[in-house]
Amino acid sequence: MGFQVAAKFQGIDFYNLDALFSEEERMVRDTVRDWVEDRVLPVIGQAYVERTFPTDLIPEMGELGVLGANLPEKYGCAGLNNVAYGLIMQELERGDSGLRSFASVQGALVMYPIYAFGSEEQRQQWLPRLASGEKIGCFGLTEPDFGSNPAGMITTARKTSDGWLLNGTKMWITNGSMADVAVVWAQTGEIGDTKGIRGFVVPTDVAGFSARDQKGKLSLLASDTSELVLEDVELPADALMPETSGLKNPLMCLTQARYGIAWGGIGAAMACYAEALEYGINRIMFDGPIAGKQIQQVRLAEMVTKITQAQLVAYHLGRMKDDGTMTPQQVSLAKRANVDMACEVAREARRLLGANGILIEYASMRHMANLESVYTYEGTHDIHSLILGQTVTGIAAF
Amino acid sequence: MNIVVCLKRVPDTETRVRIDAEGTGIETDGVKYVMSPYDEFALEGALRAREAAGTGEVALVTLGDAASGETLRQGLAMGADRAVLLDGTVTPDGLATAKAIAAEIEGVDAPLVLLGVKAADDDQQQVGPMLAVVLGRPCATGVVEFAVEGAVVRCERETEGGTEVLELPLPAVLTITKGAYEPRYASLKGIMAAKKKPLEQKSAIAVEPGLVVERLELPPDRPPGRVVGEGPEAVPELVRLLREEAKVL
Repeated sequence: MGFQVAAKFQGIDFYNLDALFSEEERMVRDTVRDWVEDRVLPVIGQAYVERTFPTDLIPEMGELGVLGANLPEKYGCAGLNNVAYGLIMQELERGDSGLRSFASVQGALVMYPIYAFGSEEQRQQWLPRLASGEKIGCFGLTEPDFGSNPAGMITTARKTSDGWLLNGTKMWITNGSMADVAVVWAQTGEIGDTKGIRGFVVPTDVAGFSARDQKGKLSLLASDTSELVLEDVELPADALMPETSGLKNPLMCLTQARYGIAWGGIGAAMACYAEALEYGINRIMFDGPIAGKQIQQVRLAEMVTKITQAQLVAYHLGRMKDDGTMTPQQVSLAKRANVDMACEVAREARRLLGANGILIEYASMRHMANLESVYTYEGTHDIHSLILGQTVTGIAAF
Repeated sequence: MNIVVCLKRVPDTETRVRIDAEGTGIETDGVKYVMSPYDEFALEGALRAREAAGTGEVALVTLGDAASGETLRQGLAMGADRAVLLDGTVTPDGLATAKAIAAEIEGVDAPLVLLGVKAADDDQQQVGPMLAVVLGRPCATGVVEFAVEGAVVRCERETEGGTEVLELPLPAVLTITKGAYEPRYASLKGIMAAKKKPLEQKSAIAVEPGLVVERLELPPDRPPGRVVGEGPEAVPELVRLLREEAKVL
């Protein structure tokens, strides 16, 4: 299968945001950008149509240091600030949302809770090996009947004489089938008790734990999406993450992941815009490049405008996160706006590409299909609307 | 063993070059700068030699303005131990550059000095051999792989249709080209660590250049292609033109 080899990607920077990034932040971004260019783009189209996650990239990501990159060096992580971390997510998603999802889950949903809520032993045992990519993690919160409403979860953890007994089913779990360790959230009290929800570090080779690949996906094809089944899983007492005390803990993880997604959307949109621009300039129709036609110029103008707006939102969100002033509601706004933006840009890019746009040789439709998942996971677009609605009106709609 | 790697900050090789108003240089506005790719091979070679030896340091030296500090930090992020920025003007005169760098290297205990075979911007291939002459050390150019063995360094060069193996006594100067040393990515930890590594800035010694650029021009536009006809009937005419006009057959 032949793939288009385009000129080296130079970024989209209509407002000279580069001047606002530090030298290290730019260096981190450019390093990941080069790696994606060299290692991901040549293989991702094939992986996508074959519905496989390119697992040989995992140790490379570990070596680069992109996994849990904003966690401290003492646990084998890179110790970057959150703007640099966001730029990593942007560049990974320029490759593919599945690749960024892998890194988001590993870093923000597995390493972050172990770091923030785990015991020192749990940190020492897992973080360095998750950072290097030697071990893979997944995050089990969503259930078949409890997606947007995790408070109602029916996966239970019951105290036994020497530990815990877990039962339940988790769904839409990224990395689920290939994970060595799962961060599983379960109800330790009465169903519906938000304070009873606690987190457990579950090695996936324990008896009673199984994972099934989710069949029939039309999005995120280069990603492992699975269902986890926990059937009388017996865990020692120290499998509990001691600092978890309720639903707020998994929601804190989601804030971390959504923050990265707000940047990731920009990466996917950049890939589509750059592809559309190049195609528009080179594609001759009616004796001239289609980029010279007003209708395509409107498309391109809209794309570059939306990308620039999203960049400013993500940039400032990142600075606020580093200052410690960022709120989860501000993350909701950025995730909602930037992923919606990316969906629009991807769709318009695909349309500009005409019939060629439906082929895997071009990236836009792959991104377009992926982004439907990104739009839906980590708090659906609609739920983020309701969070913002509640924030501005003071009235909860859910 | 200590190794010095000399680096140059050059426009990204993807840059669309525009000539400046004076007609002697290029427009620098909006140009992205990178470490010259041949210097990346040299640095990779140095890092591997240090790793193989398990001891010693890799020091970076460049001649340039303050912006070259970024290129040095890139090298530190890849794994070099320290860097020296010789603050001065880079001229097209390779000998002036070689003398400025030699003034720094003379005082450093480093038996091996590595450079890229040429800078990706001016392509002159001067500084390496000239530096060797100024330092009074033997020099191998266009090395694709090397190994330090005791008091000598064995070098492989690719020649027309074969490989040449050279042995140089240390101290020596090598210029490196594409071969065994595909450069590593700077790891993100390396980027963070680079901030804490020493980067010394000092004034370069003043050397009057013996070479000035008089004029810089872009190559003339290619003449447009010519269609001599269509289908099989056009072939004889095409062959005649290729033979008589283009003289390629």
